[in-house]
Amino acid sequence: MGNVVQQSAGTTNRAGGKPPVPANAPDIQQYLTFQLAGEMYAVGILNVKEIIEYGQLTEIPMMPAFIRGVINLRGSVVPVIDLAARFGGSQSEQSRRTCIVIIELVTDDERHDIGIVVDAVSEVLEVSDVDIEPPPAFGAKIRADFIAGMGKIGGKFVIILDIRKVLSVDEIANLAAIKAEDA
Amino acid sequence: MDEVLNVFSVEAREQLEAMEAGLLQLEAGDRDPETINGVFRAAHTIKGGAGVVEIHTVEKFTHVLENVLDRLRNGEIEVNGDMISALLLGCDHIGTLLDMVARGQTEADDGVQRAGDEIAEQLRPFLGGKAAATKASGVTVADGTVQRSDREGRINDCWHISIRFGRNVFKNGMDPLAFLRYLLNLGEIAHITTLTDAMPEADVMDPELCYLGFEIAFRSHASKEDIERVFAFCRDECELHILPPDSKLEEYLLLIDALPEETMRLGEILVKSGALTREELDAGLRRQSGEKVGAGDTAGAPQLGNILIQQHSVQPELVEAAAIKQKAVSEKKAAESSLIRVHADKLDQLIDLVGELVIAGASANLLAKKSGEAALTEATSVLSRLVESIRDSALQLRMVQIGETFNRFHRVARDVSKDLHKEIELVISGAETELDKSVVEKIGDPLMHLVRNAMDHGIESPAARAAAGKPTAGRVELNAFHDSGSIVIEVVDDGGGLNKDRIQAKAIEKGVIQEGETLSDQEVVNLIFEPGFSTVEKVTNLSGRGVGMDVVRKNITALRGSVDVKTELGAGSRFTIRLPLTLAIIDGFLTSVGKASYVIPLDMVVECIELADTSIERDYINLRGEVLPFVRLRELFEVPGKQPARENIVVVQYAGRKAGIVVDQLLGEFQTVIKPLGSLFRNMRGIGGSTILGTGEVALILDVQALVGQCAATEELQARGRHGARRVEAHGAAA
Repeated sequence: MGNVVQQSAGTTNRAGGKPPVPANAPDIQQYLTFQLAGEMYAVGILNVKEIIEYGQLTEIPMMPAFIRGVINLRGSVVPVIDLAARFGGSQSEQSRRTCIVIIELVTDDERHDIGIVVDAVSEVLEVSDVDIEPPPAFGAKIRADFIAGMGKIGGKFVIILDIRKVLSVDEIANLAAIKAEDA
Repeated sequence: MDEVLNVFSVEAREQLEAMEAGLLQLEAGDRDPETINGVFRAAHTIKGGAGVVEIHTVEKFTHVLENVLDRLRNGEIEVNGDMISALLLGCDHIGTLLDMVARGQTEADDGVQRAGDEIAEQLRPFLGGKAAATKASGVTVADGTVQRSDREGRINDCWHISIRFGRNVFKNGMDPLAFLRYLLNLGEIAHITTLTDAMPEADVMDPELCYLGFEIAFRSHASKEDIERVFAFCRDECELHILPPDSKLEEYLLLIDALPEETMRLGEILVKSGALTREELDAGLRRQSGEKVGAGDTAGAPQLGNILIQQHSVQPELVEAAAIKQKAVSEKKAAESSLIRVHADKLDQLIDLVGELVIAGASANLLAKKSGEAALTEATSVLSRLVESIRDSALQLRMVQIGETFNRFHRVARDVSKDLHKEIELVISGAETELDKSVVEKIGDPLMHLVRNAMDHGIESPAARAAAGKPTAGRVELNAFHDSGSIVIEVVDDGGGLNKDRIQAKAIEKGVIQEGETLSDQEVVNLIFEPGFSTVEKVTNLSGRGVGMDVVRKNITALRGSVDVKTELGAGSRFTIRLPLTLAIIDGFLTSVGKASYVIPLDMVVECIELADTSIERDYINLRGEVLPFVRLRELFEVPGKQPARENIVVVQYAGRKAGIVVDQLLGEFQTVIKPLGSLFRNMRGIGGSTILGTGEVALILDVQALVGQCAATEELQARGRHGARRVEAHGAAA
């Protein structure tokens, strides 16, 4: 499948360094949408490094179920998280369209690449800020703090993930430690 | 300017080390003038460098040290203990100042300033009544007076300095003004003329180039060498002429000839600066032109002969000095040319790339073997052999001798023996043993702790030693040597040794172990590595805070090493640190369980045997009469799939213990690049890292020590229930 998405995605406004726009013009951001357990999710395109085919995964023993393992991404070892399991469901089944989306995160001046397993990648959408609703208090079936907002696209809602929270390195490391102690 | 500061700071630190080493040598009784000179030179270089980069705090302070050293060098004062102590404190202070510079602070804050003043005060008695500069002037006068020339009556006490700065001084980050400012430290500028003759038209001028020159009349007692050294940093690029005071007219004329500017103009400048009188200049120029005319004439004008004879006698000592100086410079250059400074990042990058190359090479090899083509297989095997040599040489680049780290401890030994009134002799062996730079950097602190401990707790007071029938001087040894793919560092002392009863009592008191537990001697001794453990009642400022040994062990374990202690009451202790040579690459033994591959560090593998009877329920076997407990990786890692008909045990050994690891298949040894698993897995135990196989798959590297320790802990926990948890933890951690 190769690199479907390049990071320098066209006219995207980077947070912080926005080009001058008319005051009343809404901010438009690009999001990568994907399918997971029948539900549509989206992540900000700026966090997406690349999308690769699912495969050659090395499992790490004594880890919680949502840590699927590690892959070799051109010489560096990248951990892979099963998003469905992270949201509290069961591990996602692999199909022909299963992909690993490599997410790039910067925390504490450290750069982390983390892969997430998704059922299928859909498309890159532009969503205006005015079309994003605050997350519901409950009912989305995933932790409220994982949701950055609800994007309205074609009359349907798409859950825009707060990927920093979802892939919080500290939280995952601690969960892994608890699991390792139980083992 | 930052880069220049950086260079200065690195060089100053090197000089500081040389200075400290020299001072310690002096204290040890070395009276070789070369040692004193070496110390002086180091101080002088620091001062000079600081002047050029305009770090005046360092410059001023070093100047005081230099003055004392100068008197020492001239034999005016004798080496004594107090002086060396004060000078060493001075070194430390320069180090502090350099730290400040590194933080971007150019002015000392009050505390630092006060500390500096105090040290300067301590050094004052050694400065004597007359300043060091006076002494230097004596030498200079001798230089100058030799050539008192035919210029009667007028005493010109000024040096004449002509300098034309090289075009690139700005580009090299230097400021001509800084040199002049520094020159002021040696004396006063009586007259200065700025020469802008070389300055081209505005439209051709490159603002980044320097076109300036200066003619300076300089009143000073410094020697020619000292003045030259002011310009040492730009010496190679600029044109520098220095004439001593009372130089002969002819030399001025030669100088005028040598300089690019017009004769008359230079003459005017010299007259203005007071170097020459108008009459002298006119006479000289007349004589010179006569000389030029007469050059073809074999008879020659009398003046010509006169000038030539005088030229021959041009201050022989100056010529000699120049020759010596030149020789010294070329020797220094030769030594430098065999070394290249490379940024460590570049090396790391290279090693990373070589790591990739190793992996890529392995996969090419695999493919070639699969294809079965003989020519291809041969080509790839040649390739992989080359890759191996490249990897070895690349790793070699990062290897540094451990001696530098060891030498620091001379100072420690000295300070500790002073503070504690003990006599301590530090013996170093194997200083030339090489190991990876990253390891060297990280081993410094733990080693410091062990050495201090040995001196503080290990070595007894001279009285106690005499009573025990030992020589009063305690002996601490630092040894380094290579041993089967790892480096071993030993800290040995011939002191009191560890008191096992006291350790045990303390451990019970601190709740590290339970009363009534029976531990082997080795286990008792290993308790000193437990957190919050210290047996010394009296806390000294050196050690004894009980935060030490567990940190030491943690740091060493983090380097994939181990630390071990052997002790005998009354005879001393021996701490043995075992470290891998490099952190980047290990020799591994590849095994597999189910579909997953696991790498066991090869230096831990003793042997491999077949687990013949798979039906046994207990997890130990009889290995030639020994009980060998083992871990079933399949169970521990919950690997799915059925147990194969044939399983193997890899027998591993660490810290004197043996254990077995049961795997499905043995795939043989290979060398591999370690890839850290990242902070996501930082709390994971039992897996030390990962590596990429030739197939592109990721294999996990087992942390045998943690793995077996964890198994033991779990099992004992199940067997004893919660009650024994404490004991088990202590036990497991000590493993």
